[in-house]
Amino acid sequence: MINRRQFLGTSAALAGASAIATPAFAADPIKVGSLLDLSGGLDIYGKPMADAMTFAVEEANAAGGLLGRQIQLISYDTQSSMQLYTQFAQQAALKDKVAVVHGGITSASREVIRPVLDKFKTLYFYNTQYEGGVCDRNQFDTGVTPAQTVEKLVPYAMKKWGKKVYVLAADYNYGQITSQWVKKYTAENGGEVLSIDFFPLDVTNFSSTISKIQAAKPDFVWSALVGGAHISFYRQWAAAGMNKSIPMASTTFGVGNEQIVLSPDEANGMLVCYNYFEGVKNPVNTAFLAAFHKRFGADYPNVTELAMGTYQGFKLWAQGVKKAGSVDRMKVIEALETGISIDAPSGKVTIDPPTHHCILDVHIAEVKDKKFVLLEDFAQQKPLDTAAVCNLQKNPNDNQQYIIKF
Amino acid sequence: MDLVALLAIQVLYAIASLALMSVGLAIIFGMMKVINLAHGEFLMLGGYAAIQANRLGLSIWIAMLIVAPIVVGAIGIIVERAIIRWLYGRMVDTMLATWGLSLFLVGLTTAVFGNTTVGLSAPLGSFEIGQYRMSAYTLFVIGVAIVVLGGVLAILRFTRIGLIARGTMQNANMAAGLGVNPNRVYSITFGAGAALTGLAGAVIAPVSGVFPTIGAAYIAKCFITVIGGGASIVTGTSAASTLFGAVNQIATYVTTPVFGEVALLAAAIVLIRVLPQGITGRFFRGSL
Amino acid sequence: MSAAPRNIFGLVLVAVLGVAVLVLTPRLFDLDVVLNITVYMIMAVLALSLALVWGFGGILCFGQSAFFGLGAYAYAIAMINLGESTAPLLLAILVPAAFAALLGYFMFYGRISDVYLGVITLTVTLILFNLINSTAGPEFHIGSARLGGFNGIPGIPSLNVPFFKDWQIDLEGMFYLSTASLILTYFGLRVLLASHFGRTTVGIRENEQRAQLLGYDPRFYKLATFTIGAALAGYAGCLFANWGSFVSPTIFGLAQSAQIIIWVIVGGRGTLIGPILGCVGIQWLTAALGANAPSGTAGWQALLGNVPLILGAILVAFVLLVPKGLVPTIGDLQGLLVRRRVGSSR
Repeated sequence: MINRRQFLGTSAALAGASAIATPAFAADPIKVGSLLDLSGGLDIYGKPMADAMTFAVEEANAAGGLLGRQIQLISYDTQSSMQLYTQFAQQAALKDKVAVVHGGITSASREVIRPVLDKFKTLYFYNTQYEGGVCDRNQFDTGVTPAQTVEKLVPYAMKKWGKKVYVLAADYNYGQITSQWVKKYTAENGGEVLSIDFFPLDVTNFSSTISKIQAAKPDFVWSALVGGAHISFYRQWAAAGMNKSIPMASTTFGVGNEQIVLSPDEANGMLVCYNYFEGVKNPVNTAFLAAFHKRFGADYPNVTELAMGTYQGFKLWAQGVKKAGSVDRMKVIEALETGISIDAPSGKVTIDPPTHHCILDVHIAEVKDKKFVLLEDFAQQKPLDTAAVCNLQKNPNDNQQYIIKF
Repeated sequence: MDLVALLAIQVLYAIASLALMSVGLAIIFGMMKVINLAHGEFLMLGGYAAIQANRLGLSIWIAMLIVAPIVVGAIGIIVERAIIRWLYGRMVDTMLATWGLSLFLVGLTTAVFGNTTVGLSAPLGSFEIGQYRMSAYTLFVIGVAIVVLGGVLAILRFTRIGLIARGTMQNANMAAGLGVNPNRVYSITFGAGAALTGLAGAVIAPVSGVFPTIGAAYIAKCFITVIGGGASIVTGTSAASTLFGAVNQIATYVTTPVFGEVALLAAAIVLIRVLPQGITGRFFRGSL
Repeated sequence: MSAAPRNIFGLVLVAVLGVAVLVLTPRLFDLDVVLNITVYMIMAVLALSLALVWGFGGILCFGQSAFFGLGAYAYAIAMINLGESTAPLLLAILVPAAFAALLGYFMFYGRISDVYLGVITLTVTLILFNLINSTAGPEFHIGSARLGGFNGIPGIPSLNVPFFKDWQIDLEGMFYLSTASLILTYFGLRVLLASHFGRTTVGIRENEQRAQLLGYDPRFYKLATFTIGAALAGYAGCLFANWGSFVSPTIFGLAQSAQIIIWVIVGGRGTLIGPILGCVGIQWLTAALGANAPSGTAGWQALLGNVPLILGAILVAFVLLVPKGLVPTIGDLQGLLVRRRVGSSR
């Protein structure tokens, strides 16, 4: 159930709606905060995540709520602005006093929220795939990290296409670190990275990059490009006819539904590796998709990896609350740290206690006609990269993001 | 040798796309002194118009070259009648109004089309230059830019409409005294500027993404080009685009796209310092 | 509008309100409101810096965010390297000021004016944005501070009492500092504008040629005003870095730049209170709209959660209905009422 919150009044505020009375339950609702970009450039990621969050909360409420109380979702649109991330994190923690915050999309936004929620002792779930290394007892990370996906995709692509790789990456910490992982796994499998080129998120002119790739003659291209502007690379690549001669692999393609935005001609043959695809076959996923489409319409484009991450993050938290029997932060953390597991649409998802990251299935898939076709499955991958630097059971007061060195 | 040819085409493309995107703004700012901060959104709307028309079954060429300019031109006329016409002579207020308009258009587009939109693929395939492959579409864009700039020049110079537009911009009262309705001229001019921008947005849509916030990537460059060009619309825009486009592309080739952008911006600073009234404040004065 | 204060009553009112906000807010409101108001106060200092440069100096600076960002980054980098905040605070003021002095010399002594100034200042802030945005790799660092590129610099240590490294400012302290800064800036600018320097600057804005013929060098006055504005913006940047404990390249971007201009236009160019009100109003509105995001709703209800749509519509309506900006319009209404009451003939 979603309540309209009142506009904070200082003066002539817009008319506010009053809170809807909670029906029939003696206790007040449990508040859950969501901080996502629903406008500005990053909304291509944020909107599907917000939809998944809404669905998760509604589903839980329909089943009777949590601990006999209804759940109230308080959703903030951070408008792709770091300042608003800070303001809303403060507001969620101090004013709404939520039991948990799910949110943050880019690593930059996560690193802005994390200290705020630490300071004000509010539990934080970060549900986006990222570069790994966060070690913070107050935070749980449900997204995949490079050791889970890159480690599998690199040898698969090399076996299929060849040993020489040209890497294109978005110029921020995710792209920087992921490209290092690609380099590491390529070397481990006897290959060679010809070049790593970085592009800030607003670059749209890739013509000279394409010429450089043509001159370097790699066996395949690895793309860690992110965001709407970088889609123009795929367009320009196909316009130059290169998609027919040099194949591509990626751990970011598809997260913003790029496979729908581009034509089959432009995107077919791309290899990706994620935790969730709509094509994953298990009864939980079938039931989930049926209910999700009933709620959002049969023509909902595609449930993305990040949306499923959000859904799974919520369910993990809910499971932790049930086990703890309370929404108190430390009790829930301790419950989650027993290694809670859920049967999610993507398969079994378990929390890894020393790292607060997740053990989950990953699959390699290929883009075909705007959909993903699953090729190979790897069950229950551990977050080995973060595990190499972080052990919260030994050091519970650890609080930083490690830059994983090789 | 083929590398030189490749680079030459890339430079021409950079110049052409910059000129094409800026000429609409040159008309709106140059003739009406309206700072249109929603220019990027007109580009975006042109892209969406072309995509929608294509989805409804029209050929990509008609969608890009006919539907997009008409749709965005109509939007331009509506915007002018509803908002801009109250703000003539108040350049600063046009900034606020068009900034609000740009936010509004982004929000509206997101609400109607969502964030994930099917795009347009570049037609025309590719061709080879030695060991390199290039998209043939870039040649098409270069061609469109030449035709558009030539067309605008011809209209302003040789037709009655162009004469009336120029006259009204120079002295509205005199034009009114001679029987011309200045309000209508303003509307049509703004609409024409918007239509050209829509055309540009549609033409570059196949090689860039089209999503609601893409306007932000282009607006600064277009403004810098228009103002660097100076008072003359066609000559100024062409000259400035040539300079900036070439600098941008060559720097991008030698280093990275980021330094290409920085080089363009630095060139703009140097240009304005040396020629404080823009290029056509000093060279080609009095031309169109 | 003249730079000299219209009435002492207005000044006293502002002082009283300012002190009231300073003293009462932490007592009356929760911590989250205090934190929100803190950032509004900081942004209001930034708005005042542009109000000085543009409203009174007549310099259309489209890149005020460049100085804001330089101040924030200077503070962050120096603080991470030095660990004690006296020098970083001074750097946050001096680095943007020095940069502005150079840029101003380049522009004003090159006789560049109005729109062209706007373009140059815009390109400067965009150059800074592009450069800093591409520093994500580990090789980009100044001393022990990684520039961080798009990720920015998180975890910036807070200001401390000068020379006492361990007495760091806390959240409430940040509020007092920011509000006090705003009040002092307002009155400081009032004094500046009432001085000979200030009145000359306004005179240059109104008619540069006349001022020149009277013997004043407009280039110098513009340069000085520009530099003071940059120093103020840099100080605001330092405060901002403290408030959020982070800084990121979007601080240099077009959106931030345009925001500052919007605040001044909405509040009323040529006033000081106007930009403060415009800034706080728009900041509050943006946060309020974003805080009410209904999710999963469709149809017209979803439009209420569409922040750009609503904010854009409000701005357009504002410029059409309140053409002079908030404060001048209120002043006009006030004037109307007074005239009615006195019953003067027309």
